This record gives sequence, C-alpha cells and structure tokens, in this order.
Amino acid sequence: MNEYTYPIIFGVIVGTLGRIYMLRTDYRQYPTYLHGKIIHIALGFIAAGLGTVAIPSIMEEEFTAVTFLTLAASQFREVRNMERNTLAQLDGYELVPRGSTYIEGIAVAFESRNYLVIFTSFVSTFTYIVFNIYVAIVIALIALIISRKLMAGGKLKDIVDVEYVEPRFDGAGLYVDNIYIMNIGLPKRQEEVLKYGMGFILKPKNFNSRSTIANLGQRQAILHDVSTALGVYRDSGTPALVPLAKRDLDDGRVGVFVLPQEKNIEMALDIIGNVPTLENAIRMPTERNVNEKGEQ
Amino acid sequence: MVIEKYILAVVTTNPKKVPVASAVFNCDSKEEMEHIAANLEAILDGIAHGLSDELYVIVKH
Repeated sequence: MNEYTYPIIFGVIVGTLGRIYMLRTDYRQYPTYLHGKIIHIALGFIAAGLGTVAIPSIMEEEFTAVTFLTLAASQFREVRNMERNTLAQLDGYELVPRGSTYIEGIAVAFESRNYLVIFTSFVSTFTYIVFNIYVAIVIALIALIISRKLMAGGKLKDIVDVEYVEPRFDGAGLYVDNIYIMNIGLPKRQEEVLKYGMGFILKPKNFNSRSTIANLGQRQAILHDVSTALGVYRDSGTPALVPLAKRDLDDGRVGVFVLPQEKNIEMALDIIGNVPTLENAIRMPTERNVNEKGEQ
Repeated sequence: MVIEKYILAVVTTNPKKVPVASAVFNCDSKEEMEHIAANLEAILDGIAHGLSDELYVIVKH
C-alpha cells in the first residue's frame, strides 16, 4: 500500500463502470451476447488501468512510462479490427444486412469508447491525487456525462422529415409516392407486397442532409434497423421480397420500402427517426467556403 | 468478371417477342404463364419481372 493505491483503485473502478455504462447504449446497434460483453468489459478494465497509472508515473517523474499509452492505441485499434471482422462475417447471414458503412461506424465506436474510458480514469485519478475523493467523484460523473454525450451521435429525425406512404403498383412497377422501387411481375407476389409492405418518404431538411441520406450505407442502415425492430417478411430464396430504399433524383427525397412482420406505422416512424446518422455518411457540402472557389 | 444481373429464363404467351439465346417457356394462357413464372422464381432464386402482359423474365440479382 502506498499513497497511490486508493486513487488507482478508484480510477480503475470508475473507468470500468464507464465502459459498462457505455455498453448499455449500443444494445440496438449491436446486441452483445454474454461473451461479447465480457470481452469489452475486460478491455475496458485494461483501458481504465492504463489511464489510471499514467498519473502516478508522471508524479514519480517516470515520464518514459507514459509511452505505454501508445501501446494502448495499437491495442484498441485491434478492437476495431476485431469488431469489423466479426460483424462483416456475420453480415452475410443477415436477412437484411447492416452494410459496410454501418459496420465501420460500430467498429469505430467500440474503439473510441476505450479511449473515453482512458480519459475518464485519467481525470478521476488525477483529481483524487490532487484534491480528494469527493472532488474526484464529481469529476468522474462529469467525465461520464461527457462520454455519454460524445457517444450519442446524431439521429435521422434531426436531418429528415419522415412520412408514411402506402406503397402502390403501376403495372408491374412498385412505387412509394412517385419513387420507383422495383419491378415485381407476379400478381401473387404483388398481393403479398401490398399486404405486408410499408412505404416511407424521407424528406431532407437541408442540402447537407440530402447528400447524407443519399449514401447507400446510410440507406442500408435504415432498412436494417427497421427490419431488426419490426421483423422482416422474407426468407432466403425470395429475392423479390427485399426491402429497398431508392432516391428521387429531382429533389433528393428517399423512398424507403420495407416488409415488416408487424405493420405498426407509429412504431416504424419512431424507429426510422431514431436510426443513427452514420459518421461515414455525413456530408457537408455547404461547409465549403464559396470564397475559396478556384483557389485549390 | 462477375455478372451481377442475368436473365435466367423467359416466360411468355407470345413467342414472337422473346429474345434469342435464352431459356424460353412458351405458355398458352396468362394463368399458365404466372404459374410457371412463380415456380421458376422459387427454383432459380430469381425475381419474376413483368415486361408486359405477355412477357415475364426471371432475373438473378
């Protein structure tokens, strides 16, 4: 036992709790099973340990010891690879796949959460040593709230208006509003599609969101989320019954066609509104300064 | 080269309208055409697309 024992224990506990806390938020994105959870809690524990011991090593003027944080960086990059590989392999067996953009987003989130744990443990231990445990508890809580805020990300309802539209057939062509989705020839199949199908129109609120929802990965994420939450009327060997999202080229609206098991309009609208806007899909053409035009 | 879409079969009641070099199923009635198209869709894992009232193509996506 020395003067650093309690601060270190405190930092590790806060960091690990922080990881558990953040693990709860991604249930819908990634239904973690028990073993998956254990992996992430264990890695969170290691991250917490690394963040914590950085402070005593600085206090003891062992500055070179801080270089092991670089080890942490490569370690957690490996976490991202692990998540990406697992999800990409599983994606082949999903009835409605997540898509690479969504998977990459989840993998990045898993990596960055470990860094947030390091940050939380770091500041908690620091304040414990410099002030006392009460200040440390307050700071730890603030760090957790900041982590939570950073992890939340944007929702689709912030950038688009979602509206329910009954899908319809014009000859063999399936339409959602005026957006052409696909060609389904057989009358029997058409009946099924009309019985189970639901159509939604996503109307972008501004020019930036128009490019964001045009992203194929973002559209696939919407289809995946709706299908996960409401079930999907589909099986292997029925390629005609596939949820699709197509774009109106004139005004950038996106027509989403899904085949849920449960036809609940209110719930579906809610789910679509809560689909995360994928970091990799976000485009901000208006951020470009027009004055810079031609200067590149 | 990976072929992404391919016409696997053509089901029709009007043989004059079918493309050359493809598996063609000539049918006598619209009902028969729909029946065969539905079966082929299941067998071939393709989608039966309607080009007109008398012509269906089964396409692999």
